[in-house]
Amino acid sequence: MRFDQELIASMVAPHSRVLDIGCGDGSLIGYLSREKDCDAQGLELDMKAVTQSVAHGLPVMHGDADDMLADYPDGTFDYVVLQRTLQAVDCPRDVLRHMLRIGRSALVSFPNFGHWRLRWHLLRTGRMPMTSVWPTPWYETPNIHPCTIYDFFALCEEDGYEVCKWMVVNGNRQSRLAGASPHLANLFGEQGLFLLRRKR
Amino acid sequence: MEVQSITFPEGITLQCGEKVAPLRVAHQTYGTLSPKRDNVIVICHAFTGDQYVASPHPVTGKPGWWSRMVGPGLPIDTDRFFVICTNVLGGCMGTTGPTSERAGTGRPWGKDFPPVTMHDIVAAQVKLIDHFGIDRLFAVIGGSMGGMQVLTWATDYPDRVFAAMPIATSPFQSAQNIAFNEVSRQAIYGDPNWHGGDYQAHGVIPARGLAVARMVGHITYLSEEALTRKFGREIRPGTVPSSGDPLSALPFGGMFQVESYLRYQGSNFTRRFDAHSYLTISRAMDFFDLGSEHEGNLSAAFRGVKTRFCVVSFSSDWLFPTSRSRTLVRAINQAGGHVSFVEIDSDRGHDAFLLEEPDFDRTIRGFLNGMARQAGLPAGECDNAV
Repeated sequence: MRFDQELIASMVAPHSRVLDIGCGDGSLIGYLSREKDCDAQGLELDMKAVTQSVAHGLPVMHGDADDMLADYPDGTFDYVVLQRTLQAVDCPRDVLRHMLRIGRSALVSFPNFGHWRLRWHLLRTGRMPMTSVWPTPWYETPNIHPCTIYDFFALCEEDGYEVCKWMVVNGNRQSRLAGASPHLANLFGEQGLFLLRRKR
Repeated sequence: MEVQSITFPEGITLQCGEKVAPLRVAHQTYGTLSPKRDNVIVICHAFTGDQYVASPHPVTGKPGWWSRMVGPGLPIDTDRFFVICTNVLGGCMGTTGPTSERAGTGRPWGKDFPPVTMHDIVAAQVKLIDHFGIDRLFAVIGGSMGGMQVLTWATDYPDRVFAAMPIATSPFQSAQNIAFNEVSRQAIYGDPNWHGGDYQAHGVIPARGLAVARMVGHITYLSEEALTRKFGREIRPGTVPSSGDPLSALPFGGMFQVESYLRYQGSNFTRRFDAHSYLTISRAMDFFDLGSEHEGNLSAAFRGVKTRFCVVSFSSDWLFPTSRSRTLVRAINQAGGHVSFVEIDSDRGHDAFLLEEPDFDRTIRGFLNGMARQAGLPAGECDNAV
């Protein structure tokens, strides 16, 4: 399991009902079912990954976040997880809205487009930044809605989501320094990880 | 030939209100029932299938229709699970149907056999399960019309089905599905040996009509690609028009391989299937529509159903296309149910579920292993834990 997935798993209470959107090879839901006795299911766009996950006994569905989430009734899950996918969906705002409708909490991780390396790359070369976190050229990137950590805080405020917890993941570790304030995070955080709840 | 069966003298009252008594349920079992009776898998056969899922067919001598899937060490592992497959109500392989004797008349039911529904077909299976003293099924699995039975099992008896695999199926028959069935039925009605449905009394069978019915069905089971690959436009060597058989007197003096294949499939079929059974079961399929029983709201059928589903479709299936499986998956999600969904990439059409498809085998094995873990069944030898 990736490090950010371990962090996500650490925030999920045992015995919860979890939906993991963009579950990839299913390692997070596998871990949550095994180790935390969760009722975890996944949604994945890549059919090959879906077939593999189901063949490993994991409950995974083929489909994408943009049109499958609308089907679930309110409050179906305790947690809805969206790993590194927010920037790649057609309508990130609707996806978030659905996540917090069908789940009591949402766990969202996304790469931060405000990181200083990206800013510097754009300033210095005048070309679309490419880094290890943003590895594809502009013409074939699936990441059609990049955002910064500031942007994400602003959207949460606008749509009435409470940020219960947030942290910064740099490479394979949690950066407590960059996580000290949103300002530092926006400059020095490679990835943001948020635990959200609807405000009453 | 001895057919495994249980007879219920009290019979069964059908959805239409008519009673069929006695009721005989023919079946095959494979594997061993566990002491807790918790390792039972019911396999539901397709339209023209039968209970011989993994043993040779008594009439044709061919291997069981799913013998590559069901057996020791196979994806549906009979070293681990106790598999039951029954012949459907209205069928002609031992379960009560139009060819069975109608009590007190000394004659078969024939055209008077009452209409049956998927609910009736499953209710007859439930009687057998009750007879075996089995309270809850570990899984129900079936493809095509078998999948319709799976859905009926899970929605009619939600507390008795832990896991369900509806494969290459649909929550309802579409207008196109019904249309193809109607062509098949008309072929049977139009046969000179039909005799208004009293062919049994005349000592004949409407073989030509039944064969054409099968030919139509067979086309819908295959994809264009599969047919092209198998036969292309090849002409059978040495085919010349023969007198007597009007269908073989082709104006151009040759027979395409695909024609020869369909005729073979058609005539072979008449050896093992009864025309009235064909009509009865095709009607049961046509009237299948899970949503219509809930004011058109399919998801209402799944409300409160705790069964864990794994829906499987095949990319080139045009009889029950993937879109129909998606409709089903959406409905289960809307009801807050548990569902996995896989579309297997295959160019072989609807029949792919009966053929060698490694991804499909892995899906079945994996889903059953995962479910067995959740159900607390002992781990199997080939249980590849994640």
